[in-house]
Amino acid sequence: MAAHFLKNRHMLGWVQATPLTLVLLAFLIAPIVMIVIVSFWGATEFSIYPAFQFDNYEFLFSSPVTYRVFGNTLKYALITWALTLVIGFTVAYYLAFHIRSQTMQIALFLLCTIPFWTSNIIRMISWIPFLGRNGIANQTLISWGVIDEPLEWLLYSDFSVILAFVHLYTLFMVVPIFNTMMRIDRSLLEAARDNGANGLQTLMHVIIPLTKPGIMIGTIFVVTLVMGDFITVRFMSGSQRANVGRLISNDIGLLQYPSAAATAVVLLGTVLIVIAILLRFVNIRKEL
Amino acid sequence: MGRNDDDTNKPNKPNKPNKPNKRLPTREDQDMAKPKVGYSRRSLLKAGGAAIAASAFPAPMLWAQDTKNIVLRQFGTGVSNLNDVANKVKEDLGFTLEMTALDSDSVTQRAATQPDSFDIADIEYWICKKVWPTGNLQAMDVSKIKNYDKIVGIFKSGKLTEDSVIAQGTAPHTVGFVPEQGAKTFADEQTNWMTLIPTIYNADTLGIRPDLIGRPIDTWAELLNPEFKGKASILDISSIGIMDMAMVCEAMGEIQYGDKGNMTREEIDKTFAIFTEAKQAGQFRAFWKTFDESVNLMASGEVVIQSMWSPAITAVKSRGIDCVYQPLKEGYRSWGGGIGLSNSLSGMELDAAYEYINWYLSGWVGGYLMRQGYYSAVPETSKEFMSENEWGYWFEGKEATDVITSPTGDKLAEAGAVRDGGSFEERMGSVACWNAVMDENQYMVRKWNEFIAS
Repeated sequence: MAAHFLKNRHMLGWVQATPLTLVLLAFLIAPIVMIVIVSFWGATEFSIYPAFQFDNYEFLFSSPVTYRVFGNTLKYALITWALTLVIGFTVAYYLAFHIRSQTMQIALFLLCTIPFWTSNIIRMISWIPFLGRNGIANQTLISWGVIDEPLEWLLYSDFSVILAFVHLYTLFMVVPIFNTMMRIDRSLLEAARDNGANGLQTLMHVIIPLTKPGIMIGTIFVVTLVMGDFITVRFMSGSQRANVGRLISNDIGLLQYPSAAATAVVLLGTVLIVIAILLRFVNIRKEL
Repeated sequence: MGRNDDDTNKPNKPNKPNKPNKRLPTREDQDMAKPKVGYSRRSLLKAGGAAIAASAFPAPMLWAQDTKNIVLRQFGTGVSNLNDVANKVKEDLGFTLEMTALDSDSVTQRAATQPDSFDIADIEYWICKKVWPTGNLQAMDVSKIKNYDKIVGIFKSGKLTEDSVIAQGTAPHTVGFVPEQGAKTFADEQTNWMTLIPTIYNADTLGIRPDLIGRPIDTWAELLNPEFKGKASILDISSIGIMDMAMVCEAMGEIQYGDKGNMTREEIDKTFAIFTEAKQAGQFRAFWKTFDESVNLMASGEVVIQSMWSPAITAVKSRGIDCVYQPLKEGYRSWGGGIGLSNSLSGMELDAAYEYINWYLSGWVGGYLMRQGYYSAVPETSKEFMSENEWGYWFEGKEATDVITSPTGDKLAEAGAVRDGGSFEERMGSVACWNAVMDENQYMVRKWNEFIAS
């Protein structure tokens, strides 16, 4: 009976899928469901109590701060995305098409990852003494005579936040783009040249369209990382700027879990919408 | 000062992580200890009690074994969670004290939500006001506290001396007593039941860089002086930051508060309006949340005037940078911490906890903390554990006759130096307000979030 049961093609499939399903249920679906449930609960100064009320959402959507902070978060995501894309694409292009020897390619690629051997936080915080009022950047610029007064906006500003983001996350753009570029059949480039396309035309009409899935994967990485971050914003802006992550972490610190959960649900919704839009442009599964 | 140190950089690391499930002694141990019911366990714990125990109690060795097995789990903010204290407890009292240091938000969270994860809570008085109604802490029997009479008046009647005026905010004595064991509201006067045994406290003010400012500073209003545009900072911990803001607004003459420690919505709005305007005009270089951040901001010269904590000033000074904890004419913003007992403590561990409290107040810890610049709840016992020079410098505000060093041996002041702000009476006598939780706390917190996001 059991043998027959397992011989059933459909049953076998289900059995094989079960472990992953259970893992996903326990560690992905259940926590999210929990967050959604708690977001409708109420909170006092020191406790949370089960309820079904819309207070948390009502406060969230009626506060101008929410819109400003979501706006800020999207701004960081957009600017960081644009910069990491340009830098990431350029680096990947150079690695994929200008470096001929494969050994060299691997060596240079590993070189890109060296900074990632240290902790995220360290890489971020090391910018602080560099950009500070009496930091290396300002001292160098002054000694070169470029500026007379230290530049205040170098640190604790949107500039420093985005700088840190770009520094931290560019590799997440380089890797998938490099990966897709390496799969491009070189004979396509020869064909383009044979047909009289110049470098720019090849880039626009051959390379970019074929690299789209890589770009899209990198984009998803960068956008979700930036939108979910809170610590970079806190350190690099000297606590003077806020994004959604900081809003949530403040709430948690003040024991306002339901309110934090509601914000998290809205953030999750926002990120999912952004990704849904992105996926409209490229069907990643088809192009992989 | 509030005693918040982010876990990334507390000055005093806990010696061991907390082990919520490991509760010693076991059931068996407690059963073995049962025969001594009827004796004061406190006296048994003491060396002097051992003789009585030996005659009346058949197996004193067993008792010693029990004491050794007791583990008390204490958690609190970094300031008084010191490894040296745990080591000394082991040495003097025989039982083990496990310390966990957290930032004050996490401390509140833990005391309110995980009562079984600790035996002793080392918290601030304003946290007590928030946490007490949960019923997670038990009141302490004052008659078991030996040095109760010697505890400074601030924690009992609220008055340092007969004629002092009680400052605004959550003054420790207002949340220091409950009418009876199990009560969830506070008593108006001293009773036999204490919520927290005061351990350390201090008066906070603004820290400045005199070398970069170059002129005397004597009022809180200077924090928003446009002269320091882009060079000021305030701490990003709402419950403490709001008090500093109130001190500033009042000093500027912009707002007259009914009670800074319990503002109305209107007062909160006005306060934030003033600070939001200043923030948008670029007054602040940054806000800080952890001890190290405040030290770095000051030491690097990014900031020349900011709200600061006493040990942070010491840390800046120890780098050879001129930094002053500036006394201001409006007075200090003060804070106090104490230890409370978990509601789940009972039997032998409860006795051990009382023993620990009595030991805490008996002077060694007080001396240790006073040599860091804090004050002990029972100064006269601490005096015995300090040199005359140290006592004169830290407590009496006298000129140091010799080099002043910290308990860990770092040099803090040269001979001839005088403590910023002077003597104990001068400093604690001019407290303008205490760290507080207001009735409108949730509203204030939302406004604080807006302020940060603005």
